[in-house]
Amino acid sequence: MRWDFIDEYEAWALKISLGLVLVFFVAVIGIAVLKGIDVPTCVTDFKPFDKGELVQIGPREYQLKLLGRMWAFQPNEVVVPVGSKVTIYTTSIDVQHGFEIEGKAVNLMTIPGAVNKAEVVFNRPGEYRFVCNEFCGIGHQSMYGVIKVLPEAEYEKWKQEHGM
Amino acid sequence: MKIERYLRNITFWHMMIGILSMATGVTYGLFQVLARAGIYDYGIFTYGTKLYYQGLTLHGVLNAIVFTTFFIVGFLYIVTEVSLKRKLNRGLVYLSFWTMVVGTLLAAWAIFTNRATVLYTFYPPLQAHPAFYIGATLLIVGSWIAILNTVITHLKWRKENPGKLTPPPMVAVHATYAVWFLATLGVAIEVLFFLIPWSMGWVKSINPELARTLFWWFGHPLVYFWLLPAYLAWYFLLPRIAGGKLYSEPMARVVFIMFILFSLPVGTHHQFSDPGISNTWKAVQAFLTFMVAVPSLLTAFNLAASLEYAGRVRGGNGLFGWIKTLPWRDYRFAGMVGPMIVFIFGGISGIVNASYNVNQVVHNTSWIPGHFHMTVGTASAMTFLTLSYILMEKLFGKRPWSKKLATLHAYLWVVGVLIFAWGMMQLGRAGIPRRTHLGLSPYMNLEEKILMGIAAVGGVLMFTSFLIYFINFLVTVFKKPDVSEAEIEKVDLEFTDAYHKENENLPRYLDNFTIWLAIAVFLLIVTYGPIFYDVFRSTYAVPNAFSPFNPLNLIK
Repeated sequence: MRWDFIDEYEAWALKISLGLVLVFFVAVIGIAVLKGIDVPTCVTDFKPFDKGELVQIGPREYQLKLLGRMWAFQPNEVVVPVGSKVTIYTTSIDVQHGFEIEGKAVNLMTIPGAVNKAEVVFNRPGEYRFVCNEFCGIGHQSMYGVIKVLPEAEYEKWKQEHGM
Repeated sequence: MKIERYLRNITFWHMMIGILSMATGVTYGLFQVLARAGIYDYGIFTYGTKLYYQGLTLHGVLNAIVFTTFFIVGFLYIVTEVSLKRKLNRGLVYLSFWTMVVGTLLAAWAIFTNRATVLYTFYPPLQAHPAFYIGATLLIVGSWIAILNTVITHLKWRKENPGKLTPPPMVAVHATYAVWFLATLGVAIEVLFFLIPWSMGWVKSINPELARTLFWWFGHPLVYFWLLPAYLAWYFLLPRIAGGKLYSEPMARVVFIMFILFSLPVGTHHQFSDPGISNTWKAVQAFLTFMVAVPSLLTAFNLAASLEYAGRVRGGNGLFGWIKTLPWRDYRFAGMVGPMIVFIFGGISGIVNASYNVNQVVHNTSWIPGHFHMTVGTASAMTFLTLSYILMEKLFGKRPWSKKLATLHAYLWVVGVLIFAWGMMQLGRAGIPRRTHLGLSPYMNLEEKILMGIAAVGGVLMFTSFLIYFINFLVTVFKKPDVSEAEIEKVDLEFTDAYHKENENLPRYLDNFTIWLAIAVFLLIVTYGPIFYDVFRSTYAVPNAFSPFNPLNLIK
């Protein structure tokens, strides 16, 4: 290809711009692969559900079936011990919702007719808000919940108090 | 060349409908920041609009769709006739205009009567009145008629001028329309085959994920439809206003062609958080979104070089001395360079959004409106308002009533939008959602309320700036022309001269739009094919339809 229709400086601007976006892209994908911080992918092996619940599937391993509906999450309070790995599956029974956990790279669209998935590990105790971030009707602004991550001892106490 | 009276008048009405829409949209914008900050709730001065979300739908549709589409179609008519020196088909101009007007009225009726409070993305299963979908379709079809008119005119010009290169401003017109046409195909399929039959009650179910995917095929290229006419003005009008020349004409052409190629296969970067699409194809579209940043980086180089040239012609010396000598007090300069500076931050925040997993932090948070008020809300909208002054002068001989107020408007907006965007983006980083009546939200903590208050200060400044513009523009419209009618008839947009002009070295394939359109369609098919395959195999239609006011399914 002939490049003599643009001058030397313009050719350099083009090369630098291309180089810059390549560096950005490699960095972003590199971190996604190396650190395992990825975006949701296509899920075909999980049946849609119409009841939200938290299920323990192993030591410090949980499956959270999270249901979006106008205008609350089910469940809207989740309690896990510190160090838990939670696999979240989410869908909606009415309109589109969003599900985002404060301070975590979890940001899922909650869509009727589809199941979305993310994995998250809670290494620090605390209260993590989660909010609906997709417009879902006039009650949208009050649609939120909280994940309580308790230290081991407190979690045991909480379990006893709740008869679990 | 002489521009017929009818075309000048109809361009004025395109512009005027756009500006009146924006005036309404911006007013709701003011109500929104105040409502989000908890300062004011809906109900008193909102013309019977009692809902934040209804106002938000109006804000999005009127500003981002009605204002932009009308303004761009009108402006590009003038660019086409002036740069080709050839007349458009008058009948098609009227047909396009009235189709767009009827469509807008239908959709506006539905929104104003609260029958379409579904926001401007109108995601199903939230259901609007069919008039909203039909209105949107007519608005788009009307703009297609304008495209047809432009293409016919250009083809006739080609026949009459064999071997001549398409004038560079016309390349920008084609890029704008190519992107718009290929993008609107996606939303047309969504509306005609899914949303209209479903809202009319002919079919009972809808696949929300499929609808989203079709919407974003349209939704992101749409932003280049907004941006490219602003680029057209920055490339071909601004250097002359600044007192210099465009640094490189061939590079401008390469940039617009790159936009035709890479504007389309990028919509999935709005769906990084979606189910039903594999992360491989999300990564591919992330890459292509980065590629569409390249022509913008080249634009930054080319325009900075053009401005430097102008500054040096005006006597500026040294490494940065040329900046001082630029005409910062000229309302046309301020009204284009101001938005351009804001767009640097808009573009950088856009790269953040496109960055695959980084998007998880900002998706659907307040960061996003922070971002796009610096892109479409400033780079495009403010440039268009500056163009409205220029067009009033060129088409009707009416210089702005007050050039000082015009300059003030530009700088006040820049300050306002930067404050607004900073507040919104900090909120977004804290995980506070967008499109949410935060004033009523139970989950806001004190720090977040303060940040929203700061954003509201920016919003009030933006509204004040628009008000100054609006008064200045209206007075300009109603005042007497400054020059004689004979003078006015010779409309000259004063396209800029170039430092590096296009010459016989320019490869002919750079003037062959068929090749580039074919490659764009190819990229669209190759990247979207697997995405639709994923959506079809992992998502399904649901028998749902909901009003935003009631959690009971409308389909029994």
